[in-house]
Amino acid sequence: MSKQSVHGTTEQHGGHGSLKSYVIGFVLSLVFTIIPIMALENGWLDSDKRLIIYLGAALFQFIVQLFFFMHLKEEDKPRYNLMSLLLGLFIVFLIVIGSIWIMMYNMVAL
Amino acid sequence: MANVNAGHHDHHPDQEELRTFAFWIYLMTDVILFATLFATYIVLQGSTDGGPGPKDLFQMNGIYASTFILLTSSFTSGLAILAMNKGNRLALMNWLGVTIFLGASFLFLEINEFIHMVSEGATIGTSAFLTAFYTLVGTHGLHVTLGMGWMIIVIMQIAKHGITPVTKRKVNIISLFWHFLDVVWIFVFTIVYVMGVN
Repeated sequence: MSKQSVHGTTEQHGGHGSLKSYVIGFVLSLVFTIIPIMALENGWLDSDKRLIIYLGAALFQFIVQLFFFMHLKEEDKPRYNLMSLLLGLFIVFLIVIGSIWIMMYNMVAL
Repeated sequence: MANVNAGHHDHHPDQEELRTFAFWIYLMTDVILFATLFATYIVLQGSTDGGPGPKDLFQMNGIYASTFILLTSSFTSGLAILAMNKGNRLALMNWLGVTIFLGASFLFLEINEFIHMVSEGATIGTSAFLTAFYTLVGTHGLHVTLGMGWMIIVIMQIAKHGITPVTKRKVNIISLFWHFLDVVWIFVFTIVYVMGVN
């Protein structure tokens, strides 16, 4: 009986969204894919400024996947998933930005 | 059943939830793996050694098609979760099946792209750019392949055991993995392809 109630609560807060939230997420993910494609194919702005559109669309796409599909905001109070994600992203930035920075100076040395 | 104990302390997270969190931590290690491959690619992007570069090689129409296919498969794996929460076993298995089919279509396009590139003389050993390219995109493709095999096994378990707390957790985890592959592809699409031909 008590086991039942534990699972009952997990199912409720697990939530996993509704059809509506999945459809909204899907439509948004399509929009944030079409925008960079249009920018590229139609040559919006000049090529340097277009990079902002590409990276912005990718960032929004990432947020849509996290919230509408991976249900990040629905987790319980000690937000361990979010914390580990933030640590992961911190390491990503260290690796990516750090590599670019070091290799720029490496090219100067060459 | 490890779960039986969970009833005694209602405020402790139950075992199924801990397992999902453990999988999330695995995903973060995968994030770090892909970060190193992206860093390598970004640094080596221009090192074509006189060989073909992104603009000569990438056929964007195929890439657009595979991007929309993968986005749709992320959606259908979400529909599988909805069917599961309604207790509709057949719909759950069907949506997982559709997701596998879309994943296979994605892989088919990717393999064709690689064959086309190799036929143009762009092999993994041609330049540092291509080594980084095949390693990054190939690692993502390998993840998609493993995800499909994994999904087939989960479908078999649902066919055998039905929708139980254990198979539920398994479907939730494979769906999390599939959305994660979509996230990685978004950055492959943007950084490798769109910015490559910009």
